[in-house]
Amino acid sequence: MTNWKVILNIAKTHLLTKMKSTVTASLGVTFGIGAYITLVSFMTGLNTMLDDLILNQTPHIHLYNEIEPSEKQPVALYEELEGAFNVVHNIKPKLSQRKIHNAVPILHYLKKEKNVKGATPQLRAQIFYLSGSIELGGNLIGVDIMEEARLSNIQDYIVQGSPEALQNMENGILLGAGLAKIMSLSVGDRVQISTIRGDIFPLKIVGFYQSGIADIDNIQSYANLATVQRITGEAENYITDINVKLFNIQEAVPMSKRLEKLFKIKATDINAANAQFETGSDIRNLITYAVSITLLIVAGFGIYNILNMLIYEKMNDIAILKATGFSGKDVQLIFMSQAMIIGFVGGILGLVIGFALSNFIDQLPFDTEALPTITTFPVNFKVHYYVIGISFALLSTFIAGYLPSNKAKRIDPVKIIRGT
Amino acid sequence: MNNVLETRSIDKYFRKPVDFHVLKDISFSVKEGEFVSIMGKSGSGKSTLLYILSTMDTDYEGKLYLNNELVTGKSHKLLSQIRNEHIGFVFQFHYLLSEFSVLENVMLPAKKLGAKSFLDIQKDAMDKLEMLNIGHLATKRASRISGGEKQRVAIARALINNPTILMGDEPTGNLDSFNAENVFQIFKRLKEEQGLSLLVVTHDHDFAKRTDRIIEMEDGRIIK
Repeated sequence: MTNWKVILNIAKTHLLTKMKSTVTASLGVTFGIGAYITLVSFMTGLNTMLDDLILNQTPHIHLYNEIEPSEKQPVALYEELEGAFNVVHNIKPKLSQRKIHNAVPILHYLKKEKNVKGATPQLRAQIFYLSGSIELGGNLIGVDIMEEARLSNIQDYIVQGSPEALQNMENGILLGAGLAKIMSLSVGDRVQISTIRGDIFPLKIVGFYQSGIADIDNIQSYANLATVQRITGEAENYITDINVKLFNIQEAVPMSKRLEKLFKIKATDINAANAQFETGSDIRNLITYAVSITLLIVAGFGIYNILNMLIYEKMNDIAILKATGFSGKDVQLIFMSQAMIIGFVGGILGLVIGFALSNFIDQLPFDTEALPTITTFPVNFKVHYYVIGISFALLSTFIAGYLPSNKAKRIDPVKIIRGT
Repeated sequence: MNNVLETRSIDKYFRKPVDFHVLKDISFSVKEGEFVSIMGKSGSGKSTLLYILSTMDTDYEGKLYLNNELVTGKSHKLLSQIRNEHIGFVFQFHYLLSEFSVLENVMLPAKKLGAKSFLDIQKDAMDKLEMLNIGHLATKRASRISGGEKQRVAIARALINNPTILMGDEPTGNLDSFNAENVFQIFKRLKEEQGLSLLVVTHDHDFAKRTDRIIEMEDGRIIK
């Protein structure tokens, strides 16, 4: 029979009369948990932002025609040389068209797939931006801008203007922010572009696009698909790339393999394209947890020390409690509950401090060229980090409290009372 | 009359630092309402015997009966329940929980027993304190009262669960003669008014010779 009321009352009295040690021990936990919450919120916030920076601009599956050598060289098809050892020197890539064959039916097929959130056609064209007598090489991408806005968050990267503005202006262009700076252009100005064949077209700037990656912003611009088809003099079914967004990103690998076989086309999935970012996130998470666990272990040692000292101080009390009928387990529970109270109060306080600190970081201005839509440091406020935090606190104080309290449980009252 | 406490050929050895036969074939009994004192020189084993009788020390051979029930061999948990319910203990040093008030110290064993409501326990504790003329100290911290008062608080605590037997390990050893006399009178009154059995280890001849029976020990044996 355990009388919790009595045990908790004794634990409470011990804690309150040793206010200094109690506060020190709790603060250890508080700092550990506070640091964990702050670190993990900030780190995962950064991770998400950095991942988004790359992944949002990367389709889940990217379909295109790759210029590459034929896998079977013609000599292999020649029956008379079958079984012979053929050596072909100076293999050249096979001449094929850049456009996706049958792009429109493929688009229709993809839009009917239930896994697919959407598929957008793109036409990538090599062009020159003309600024006086200077020609700047670059890309112009023809897109269905409203579909892009729905499927990727391209609008986050349009720093001036809007997707609708491009949609409504047939000869509009969303100019790369780097290019605008180089050519000193602003929204409403006209920019002249020339195709590889030398045709010159004026386009009206309806907005700026800034991905945060300078190499892209210095060469890449967006226009309507039909406009780019017209500029390059191609038909309405001339599409060089299809970007697919899925509902479930896990499907990307099998689906890209299937599409590759089905349409005899090159398909790259997001996992292959962005493996290195996963690694980066994993390592940052690892560092966060390593630091937090270290802090909590230090806090745990603090609690262990303080409880150990408390138990030495309270030897007489323990002997008396045992002599008057408290069992070893009761005594252990008294000290365990002290540890758990320290852990709980310190942990909750740590959550509050962690929340306050991450809130503070969230307010700090963070202006960077690379991230146009971000104005303050990114912070992640997910509830499950707080659940992990308090569980950490309780677990570490449980372990730190268990060892000394077990010692208290085994103290022989006779030895204490006789003074031997 | 009933035997409240009975031992049958109890032997005990100390293993450390060297093998030593402390108690040799101890057999005796205490009857209901009897006031017994144990005397002997230091090292005669009288305190060791008392701790065995109190059930705190379980490392012995032989048999111990409390209220005609065999106590030897029971689990530690059961033993602490027996101590809580049936044995009151008074030590030479007062051993109160210094952070608690006098009243809380007295109430603690009863709260552990949990047989009565908080208010009843509080009333009982006040009654015991009043009976020992220290009712006015109830709200004071245990560390703020004098030695004689502490010992009376310890007695009140020992009595709170109306135990079968009260044991004392030199309960007057650390007190001046006035307070020692006071404690003796309290013990005597408890025996006469409530029929409580008492077993007290003492060095004090004057104290011992006024009890009902003296058990004298020498070299681990009862000699008288």
